[in-house]
Amino acid sequence: MVSATRIVNGKVYDPINNIDGVIRDICIEDGRIVESVPDSATRIEAQGMVIMPGGVDIHCHIAGPKVNAGRKLMPEDHRKDPYPGTAVTRSGSGGIVPSTFTTGYRYATMGYTTAMEAAVPPLSARHTLEELHDTPVIDKGFYVLLANNIFLQNLIKEGRQEEFQQAVAWWMNATRAYTPKLVNPGGDEPWKGKRNTNVHDIDEKVDGISPRQIIEAFVIAADKMNLPHPAHIHCNNLGHSGNYRTTLETMRTAGDKRLHIAHIQFNCYGGEVGKQPASKAAEIIEYINQHPNITCDVGQVMFGNALSMTADAPLAYMLRGINKNKWVNADTECESGCGIVPFTYQGHVYTHTLQWAIGLELFLLTENPWQVILSTDHPNGGSFMNYPKLIRLLMDRGFRRQEIARVNQKAIAKTMISDLDREYSLYEIAIITRAGPARALGLKNKGHLGPGADADITIHDEMEDKEMMFNAPRYVLKSGVHIIADHEFREDHTGRLLHITPEYDQKIEEVIQPFFESYYSVQFENYPIDKSYMHDNEVISTGST
Amino acid sequence: MSENTRTIKNAVCTFCGCVCDDMELTVDLDEHRITKAKNACILGRSWFSEHVIEDRPIAAIGGKEVSFEEAVEESAQILTKAKFPIIYGLSEASVEAQREAVAIADYMRGSIDSTSSVCHGPTGMAFQGVGESTTTLGEVKNRADLVIFWGCNPAEAHPRLFTRYAVTTKGMFIPRGKKDRTVVLVDPRKTASAPVANIHIRPKPATDFEMIWALRALIKGKKVNASIEKVTGVPLETLQDLAERMKNCNFGVVFFGMGLTMGRGRYFNTGALFSMVTDLNEYTHFVVKPARGHGNVTGADQVLTWQTGYPFGVNFNLGYPRFNPGEFTAVDNLARDGADAAMFIASDPASNFPKAAVEQMKRIPVISLDTRRSVTSELAYVVFSTSAWGLNEHGTAYRMDDIPITLRPAFESPYPSDVVILSAIKNRVFELNIDKRSIGMSARSDIGKATLHASM
Amino acid sequence: MSEKMILIPVRTTEQGTALNKGKLQEAYMLETSMVDVNTDDMERLGLQEGDKVRLSNEVGEVIVTCRGKKPDDLPQGLLAIPYGPPTTHLMDSETYGSGMPVSKHMEVVIEKVIV
Repeated sequence: MVSATRIVNGKVYDPINNIDGVIRDICIEDGRIVESVPDSATRIEAQGMVIMPGGVDIHCHIAGPKVNAGRKLMPEDHRKDPYPGTAVTRSGSGGIVPSTFTTGYRYATMGYTTAMEAAVPPLSARHTLEELHDTPVIDKGFYVLLANNIFLQNLIKEGRQEEFQQAVAWWMNATRAYTPKLVNPGGDEPWKGKRNTNVHDIDEKVDGISPRQIIEAFVIAADKMNLPHPAHIHCNNLGHSGNYRTTLETMRTAGDKRLHIAHIQFNCYGGEVGKQPASKAAEIIEYINQHPNITCDVGQVMFGNALSMTADAPLAYMLRGINKNKWVNADTECESGCGIVPFTYQGHVYTHTLQWAIGLELFLLTENPWQVILSTDHPNGGSFMNYPKLIRLLMDRGFRRQEIARVNQKAIAKTMISDLDREYSLYEIAIITRAGPARALGLKNKGHLGPGADADITIHDEMEDKEMMFNAPRYVLKSGVHIIADHEFREDHTGRLLHITPEYDQKIEEVIQPFFESYYSVQFENYPIDKSYMHDNEVISTGST
Repeated sequence: MSENTRTIKNAVCTFCGCVCDDMELTVDLDEHRITKAKNACILGRSWFSEHVIEDRPIAAIGGKEVSFEEAVEESAQILTKAKFPIIYGLSEASVEAQREAVAIADYMRGSIDSTSSVCHGPTGMAFQGVGESTTTLGEVKNRADLVIFWGCNPAEAHPRLFTRYAVTTKGMFIPRGKKDRTVVLVDPRKTASAPVANIHIRPKPATDFEMIWALRALIKGKKVNASIEKVTGVPLETLQDLAERMKNCNFGVVFFGMGLTMGRGRYFNTGALFSMVTDLNEYTHFVVKPARGHGNVTGADQVLTWQTGYPFGVNFNLGYPRFNPGEFTAVDNLARDGADAAMFIASDPASNFPKAAVEQMKRIPVISLDTRRSVTSELAYVVFSTSAWGLNEHGTAYRMDDIPITLRPAFESPYPSDVVILSAIKNRVFELNIDKRSIGMSARSDIGKATLHASM
Repeated sequence: MSEKMILIPVRTTEQGTALNKGKLQEAYMLETSMVDVNTDDMERLGLQEGDKVRLSNEVGEVIVTCRGKKPDDLPQGLLAIPYGPPTTHLMDSETYGSGMPVSKHMEVVIEKVIV
C-alpha cells in the first residue's frame, strides 16, 4: 500500500473537469485525488503517456446466478483460455465468461476500475454479492430485476403508486442493489404461465397490465426518490425487427424524466417482425439528441463468440430456435425469468453485420457522447475484452473502413456506416468510457480526476494503434493502490460494493409480507440481506442532486 | 432439560438440499443442544437433536492431542510436500468455508473435488452438454400442475419436498394444492414416495435412457415400436399417456435423483432427460430439477464454478484450473494411486467410496475436518474437530435450486469453525508456496502481450 | 444356493436419522448392514428374515442381514441396501471418465451364509 503518489508529466484527459490533453500532475493520498502531496510521495513518471480516470462499465453481466450458469455451461471455452495466478493474484479461467478473479483482473488490465452487473433477481442478490466479493480490484454494484415482480405489478394494477414507490425502496434496501432494472416488462407471465409466448406491444395487456404502465411507474418512482441512476431498462421486443417503435415509445413514456436504455443497439431495428431487420439508428439517435433526459449504452456486437444471457427468457428461447445450441432457462419465483444461449456473431451473416453497423452508427451519429455510453452488454454482444478494439473502430477511420470491407456488404449498404467519417478523440473516448457512465450513474467521485475523486486512474503509453494502447495500460491505480505497474500486477485489492439505501416507510413490510408468505418459498425474515455480506462498501446518496 | 432456553425462529435446516428455513428451534443453553425443532421433518429433527458437543480434542496428529497451531502447521506441510494433494468433500460446509478450500487448492496446486462427483456430477456434465430448463422451488409451488419424480425418493431423502415445495403445498395458480396437480413417480421399487403419486411407472432397472428416448420420440409425434415394453418393462400406452400429459400440462416439472446419475447411463441419462424437457418447451412450459442432497453440495458447485470456471473435479497442477472428470475427481485420483495426500472436509468418503479408493486413503497422509468421528476421521493422520455449520456458525447454504440461504446458528461450540481452520491452513500454504507464484508470470491480457511486444 | 442379482444402494429414513447419531454408532452400522430382498426370491433361495447373506462380485464381498420385502414393493432379482460402508466393498472404482463409480445396479451374487 502506497499512501501518497504523484504522477508527473502525463497528458491528462478529464472531461468532467474540462481537461483535454493537458500535461499536469495528479496527486493521490489515502485513496483519493488531492491538490498536492509531500515531496516524499512516490512518483510515477508518465512522460509520453495518457492519463485518464479508470473506466466505468455501466452495463455488463459479471456476477450472479445467470452468469455462473453461463460459466458452468462453457468448459470448452475456459479450456482455451487459462489464467494463471501470480504472486499477488489468484488463478482462474477466461473465455467469454471468465471466473470471478479473472473478471476483476482483466477489467483492470483493460483500465476499467468500476463495473455494474446489470440484472439480478432479488432472490439471488445474496449469491451476486458473494461473487462480487470474489471479483477483485474493481468497485462494483448491481441492478435488481423488479419489472416482472408480481407483487409490484399488483400494486401498479391497483393504482397504488405511493405504496409501489415504498416497496421499490424496500427492495433496494433488502437486496443492497444500485438501481431498479426493468427487463422486458410484462414478459415473464406469458413465458412462464402462458405456454412460452411473450408480450408483443408496449400497450398490450397481459393479466390486466401493460409494459407501458410498468415503465411509467418505475420512471416516476425513481424520479421521486431521486435515485443516482434512474430506472435502467431492457426494452420490450428486444432483438425483433421493427422494434425501434417500441424503443421510441419507451423513451416517450418517460416524458422529460430520466431513463437509461440498456444496450440500445438491440432495439434499433426497422422492418417487419420475422423478416430481415433494417437500421433505425438515425431515428433513435435523433430522439436522444433532442432529449437530454435519456442516456443509453450501446451494446455493440463484436464479431466472434458471445454468450447470450438475459432475464428476457423468451428472447433466449427465440435465439435457441435459430442455432439449436445448448440452452438454459431458469425461472425465479414471482420475480424473473432467465435464458442463456451460446452465440457467435459472424461477419458474413446479414443480421450480425447489420447489428455491428448499427452500434457504430449510434456512436458516430450522436451529438452528445455523454448520453451514449460504450458497452458490449458483456457477454451478450461479445466480451468486455473487445473494448480496445471497439475504441479503435471509433478513433480510426482507416481501420474502420478495413473492417467494413470484410463483412456482409448487403447489410453495410443498408446503413450509413460507410458515409460516416467521424473519428472519436481521446477526450471523447474518456467521455463514453469514463466520465459519461460515471455521471449517468450519479457517481460523483468517479469518472474524473479532480480533488476528492476516487484515485482510480489508468496510465497508457500513447500509441498510434489505439487498440494496442487501450489493451494494456502501463499503470493502473485503484483507490490509490498501485495494482498494475509496468504491465505487471503488483498488488491485489478487494474493491467496494456500491449501493443505495433510499428511505421508506417500514409499514410497507406489512403489505409485502402476506404476499410473500403465500407465494415465496423462503421466509420473509430470511429474504433481506444482512451486513455479513457487505464487505467494503459505499452507500451512494439519494435525494440530493 | 434446563430452564435456560431460547427460541430461534426462521432457523435453517441444512441436512438435505431442501434447506428449509422455517425452523423454530428451542435451544437448551446450559446443555448446548437443541431440544425441539418445530416444522422439521423426521430427518431434520434428528439432525437438530443429535448434534451435541462431543468430548474430543480440538486437534490430533497420529492419535495424539495437539494444539490448533501444530495441526495447522502439519497440515500445511503435508499439503505442500505432496505432489498431487487432493481436497474433497465440502457438502456439509458453508460457502465461506468452500471459498477458503478452493484458495488452498489454488495455492498448493493440487486437486479439489466435492461430493458432487459421486452425486449429481453427471448432472453437471449433462448441463455442460445440453443446458437445462429449470426453476426455483417457489415456481413449482405456484405453478406446477404436473410433477414427476424420476429415480428419486423424496419421502426418505427430501421429505419436505412434498409438503413445502412441490406436492401438497398451495400456490398462486395451484389453489387446492395436491388436488390441482398430477404426480407421477418413476421407480422400479414401490418406495415410501409411491403413496403420493397418482401414477407410478415401474421400469426395469437401468432402462431409464431407453424410456426417456422413447418419450422424446412420442412427444415429437414419432412412432415408437410396441417392443419398447420388452426393453423397459413399461407398456407403450403408458408412455403415450405420459407424453400427452407432459405436452398438455400448464407447467411441468421433473425432479430426479441418483436413480439416473449413479447407474451405467450417468450423464447420458441426465442429458437425455434435460433434452426431453427442452423439447417439451415447444408445447408448454417445462422445467427439470435435480433433487440434490446433503446440505450445501449445491453451493460447492457454485463456488467452484465462480472461482475456477468448473463445478467439480478441478486441478491446479499447472497453476491454473483444469477440469477433467475421471481424472481429477476424487475417486479416480485415489483409486489410481495418484493422490499422495488428502484433506477431507465435512464428508466421509471412507464410508462410501469404492474399496480401491479407500485402500489408498490408508496409505497416504489424510487430514480430516469434521464435527464428529467418522470412518474417515478414524483413518486420518491429522484430525480437526470442528463446530457444526449452521448449528454453531453463521454462513450461507445453497438450496437445491441454487437459492442461497443465510444460516442462523443456535448455540456456541467450543470447537473452531471449518472457516477458521481452513483460513489458517490457507495462509500457511500460501507462505510455503510463494516461490511457485512468480511475479514474472504476469497476468497480462493475451492481447496485451502482443501489445507489449509491439511497444518494446 | 446362490443367484446373480442387481444391487441398488438406496436412501432410507432410518439411514438418514442414524447418520445424525454418528457413523460409528450402532444404529447406523445396523441399518447399513441390512439388505432388502423380494420375499419370493427369499423363498426360492431358502432365506428367512434375519438370515445372514453373502453378497459378492469380482471387487469383493460383504455379509449383511436379509430383510424381506413384499413382491409388490420390490421386484424380483433386485436387492436394495441402505447407503453405507458395506456397499463400498462391492463397488468398482472404474468411473468411465465420469468421476462416478457405478453405485446403482451392481451385479452381485447372493447366497446364504451357513453359520
